[in-house]
Amino acid sequence: MTFLPDGIAASGIDGADLVYERPAALSDVPTHYCPGCTHGLIHRLIAEVIDELQIRERTLCVAPVGCAVFAYTYFNVDGCEAAHGRAPAMATGLKRIQPDKIVFTYQGDGDLAAIGTNEIIHAANRGEKLTVIFVNNANYGMTGGQMAPTTLAGMVTTSSPYGRDVSSVGQPMRVAELIAALPGTAYVVRRSVHNVANIRKTKAAIKTAFQVQMEGLGLSLVEVLSSCPTNWRLKPADALRWIEDEMVPVFPIGDYRVADQVVPLTRRRSSRRNGK
Amino acid sequence: MAKELWKGNEAIAEAALRAGVEAYFGYPITPQTELLEYMAREIPNYEGRVFLQAESELAAINMVYGAACGGARTMTSSSSPGVSLMMEGLSYIAGTEVPIVLVDIMRGGPGLGNIQPSQGDYFQMTKSLGHGDYHAIVLAPSTVQEAVDLTYEAFALAEAYRTVVVILADGAIGQMMEPVELPEPRPVMTEAARPSWALRGAKGRERRVLSSLYMGSERLEQLNLRLQERLREAEAREQRWEEVMTDDADILIVAFGTVGRICKTVVKAARNQGLKAGLFRPISLWPFPEERLQALASSVDQVLVVEMNAGQMLLDVRAAVAGRAPVHFLGRLGGVVPLPDEIGQEIDKLASMAAGNGVQVTPAVKTGANGAAPVTEIATGPEV
Repeated sequence: MTFLPDGIAASGIDGADLVYERPAALSDVPTHYCPGCTHGLIHRLIAEVIDELQIRERTLCVAPVGCAVFAYTYFNVDGCEAAHGRAPAMATGLKRIQPDKIVFTYQGDGDLAAIGTNEIIHAANRGEKLTVIFVNNANYGMTGGQMAPTTLAGMVTTSSPYGRDVSSVGQPMRVAELIAALPGTAYVVRRSVHNVANIRKTKAAIKTAFQVQMEGLGLSLVEVLSSCPTNWRLKPADALRWIEDEMVPVFPIGDYRVADQVVPLTRRRSSRRNGK
Repeated sequence: MAKELWKGNEAIAEAALRAGVEAYFGYPITPQTELLEYMAREIPNYEGRVFLQAESELAAINMVYGAACGGARTMTSSSSPGVSLMMEGLSYIAGTEVPIVLVDIMRGGPGLGNIQPSQGDYFQMTKSLGHGDYHAIVLAPSTVQEAVDLTYEAFALAEAYRTVVVILADGAIGQMMEPVELPEPRPVMTEAARPSWALRGAKGRERRVLSSLYMGSERLEQLNLRLQERLREAEAREQRWEEVMTDDADILIVAFGTVGRICKTVVKAARNQGLKAGLFRPISLWPFPEERLQALASSVDQVLVVEMNAGQMLLDVRAAVAGRAPVHFLGRLGGVVPLPDEIGQEIDKLASMAAGNGVQVTPAVKTGANGAAPVTEIATGPEV
């Protein structure tokens, strides 16, 4: 038995019966992510938004170094690979020469909150018309679960084997709050994907973030709290509970900057939804 | 077109604009800052072209990388410490096979060094340009006119070989003013002329991916073999040099850039004294013009390499000469520009030794004026 799309087709389900299709903005290839990791889910949300906004053919993806290094393979849009942390600078180059395109970076917490802090801060401060999807899973996933700037106080990782000692390495870095303080940003929020209600809110935020770019209002950043069952040594379901119990109190879900011009974008959608 | 008086850095910038550069990203650093300032002033006069002062050289080279992935004709410029910061990005650019032009106006090093002209980046530019296995095409002008001509041509070379092309000059070339004739402006690339790999949005076609990530070692080897094949083509076609009175030379001076130009004066002075000196000035430092140098080495008694470093091109000269003639070296360090008299004395010494019993001088770095101990300079003003 196969679960690949070909297998579904062979099972007799035709197009008329499909209610949950693969978004056109997502490629038909298996991903390399660990079981229970929420990267795949976040990819799907972005792809659905790109489809809904009908911008697939003019969207450019800048992939990070880290777990999502192959993002350009999974998104069915033109894509490129940045050096570790430099995605906002590379995206700046891409966008400045093609202002009519939609450019987004997809970055993890090692990428954006450690090695690439300089690039994201200055891209945000300049108000680059970019969308940044920032995936926070409180550790360095790709290299095997080392301490990240976002690692929680006391959290054991392979490079903080006695627990993160905040007196020595500092407190967890709150990126959404930090970036929201910069005047070039138009929309900076933190969301999570640990349950269905929050997944829906995350998708709405990603949609707003892309609309902010389409309207040229400034940098938009959605921080998404994401699970890492493998490196956290937790079962997938427990990892989702861990986000809710441990991460959300440190990284509160919320809107950190919604520029005045962005408010109508969020209202339009909620009124449409209410009208249905 | 009549000749006009131009400062080196500004002339390079204007040449790039005339070559159709669409995007410039950079960061101020002496002694190349006028190049950035010129772009800041002039690019807003061209519709659709982009100037942006980055927050660092790291960001600048990655902005260049992004714009180049979009298929734009793009460049940056810097000086030695700034170029060191760009190495990461340059390696990614090489691995992704996108063309860019980098102007390095060298200064004294290592570290913060000083802002005097130096040739200390020769190794870095020709041998160790970021991690991995690749070369950039490296072109070394010795006059402002040559800097203009090479910059204008650099974009076509970068696009033909899908590689980094470096204009390697020093603070003297960047800062001096000379009469130059500027080339005719070339139009910017049209949308139809964009390269077939450029990221322009997947409208009506399969998506395109630009990356230097190849997880399988055999796939990565394939990329490297492709890069090497292209570099071999460049080696075969792009060796450039200038010769001055080499036909009957007994003593061959090999020098590039600013020193190469000084050595022209030395050759003429030596000839006036009856010494048969000649000059071989490599213009392409990579690919190094080794075949011609090898041929010349067979017909001379002595080779003298003069550089504003501790002997970097010297290794390439030795490899090319391959024992056909003794190779001597004169180097000044720390931003000291050797004077014609100083080089002339070295020629005299070699000539008298050749006339004597053929004893070879040991190649050595000259450490101070007239071979005296190094002089410690006392800082006289604020550091730049």
